[in-house]
Amino acid sequence: MTPVLDVRGLAFAYPDGHQALFGVDLHVHRGERVALLGPNGAGKTTLVLHLNGILSAGAGSVAVSGLPVTKENVPEIRRRVGIVFQDPDDQLFMGTVRQDVGFGPANLGLKGAELEARVQHALDQVGMAEYADRPPHHLSFGQRRRVAVATVLAMEPEILVLDEPSSNLDPASRRELADILRSLDVTVLMVTHDLPYALELCPRAVVLSDGTVVADGSTYDVLTDDELMRAHRLELPFGFDPRTVGPPPVRG
Amino acid sequence: MGGPHGHKLHFHGHSPVHRIPAHLKILALLGFVLVVVATPREWYWAYAAYLAAIAVVVAISRVPATYLLKRMVVEIPFVVFALLLPFVAHGPYTEVLGLSLSESGLLSAWGLLVKGTLGVLASLTLAATTEPQELLAGLERLRLPTLLVQIMGFMVRYLDVVTSEMQRMKVARESRGFTARNPRHWPVLARSAGALFIRSYERGERVHLAMLSRGYTGRMPRP
Repeated sequence: MTPVLDVRGLAFAYPDGHQALFGVDLHVHRGERVALLGPNGAGKTTLVLHLNGILSAGAGSVAVSGLPVTKENVPEIRRRVGIVFQDPDDQLFMGTVRQDVGFGPANLGLKGAELEARVQHALDQVGMAEYADRPPHHLSFGQRRRVAVATVLAMEPEILVLDEPSSNLDPASRRELADILRSLDVTVLMVTHDLPYALELCPRAVVLSDGTVVADGSTYDVLTDDELMRAHRLELPFGFDPRTVGPPPVRG
Repeated sequence: MGGPHGHKLHFHGHSPVHRIPAHLKILALLGFVLVVVATPREWYWAYAAYLAAIAVVVAISRVPATYLLKRMVVEIPFVVFALLLPFVAHGPYTEVLGLSLSESGLLSAWGLLVKGTLGVLASLTLAATTEPQELLAGLERLRLPTLLVQIMGFMVRYLDVVTSEMQRMKVARESRGFTARNPRHWPVLARSAGALFIRSYERGERVHLAMLSRGYTGRMPRP
């Protein structure tokens, strides 16, 4: 089966000469939820920006459901890969929630009732339908994060890429977002420093460090590998021990 | 961050004035301002009539007068300029309270003050009774170029974000013992303004990135 995300030998250096990625290999299959872990400066964001063609590979290749990320394919790639950025104020730029969620599908050429249905469905998925006509800046931070997820869901992506989805959320909003993500039938790649969140939501974890993949396995195994964790500046929060929580139940 | 209701200039309500379509209100404001500006300064009774007209509209809208008056502080720079005019203008002089003032200056000051005040008051009434979103929709219905409407839309959207950023920077400065009291402190304020500009610029780039990621190709989709 063609993987949803197929990254092979991806290397990239910024114009100032700083090399951020040194041959990254990553395969994500349909329906998987994968956590992308790694210390600050490991190249996580750089990798994410390659997935929808904002940055283009210096060497190696990226393909989404078999379609290579190239200039000609960029419009279709951006439909297939939905990125939710860290700051919802960057993602929500229109006057109302409805316009904002409609922005992506409208760029895909949807109009009228079809567009309206997409927007409605995406807002229902994140439980924000009643806020459709509110301006985004009048929502709470947690609500804005959920709308940001909806803006991407409305494009019906094949893979949802979340950059630090739990950052700045209070515990209740954090849990609500987890419930939403679990309820979605979509492949997820989640960039995060929130290791308990990764364990809770993602059966599989990939560790990126200094521009290469240094570990790829079950999240439980990665988080309980003390040597690996220490070597790559990954630390569990005080009082949290995956061994006492146990591996999450296998999904049906 | 972000109050529950409306913009700082908007007064939530359901009066007939609130319900008039935005484009009609914009046209009415434009017409009113043009008439006020074109009225000769010496027609004092006309200005009384204009003020009465605004008062009636405000009364119907049920926006408290104090709400509007407080927001008239934006006019202060013009008031200062108007008050200076009788001292700097030439021509025949007249005695007022022992001061020798230029007659033409006094008349100019009156004209500037009354026209400015009526314009600001009418604009504030429009802003108080119309949501920013409706205002933009109204401008669009009036066939203002879409690009301009979009730029204004972004401005409305990010005004709160940038002002709250500015507020946080101010709190951070003051928490470290800084208050701007005299011109020697201005360089610090200037650097803060510079930092705010850079931050906003970088946010602009991030917003653009987020737009590209959702298939933006340089043209806003038409609803």
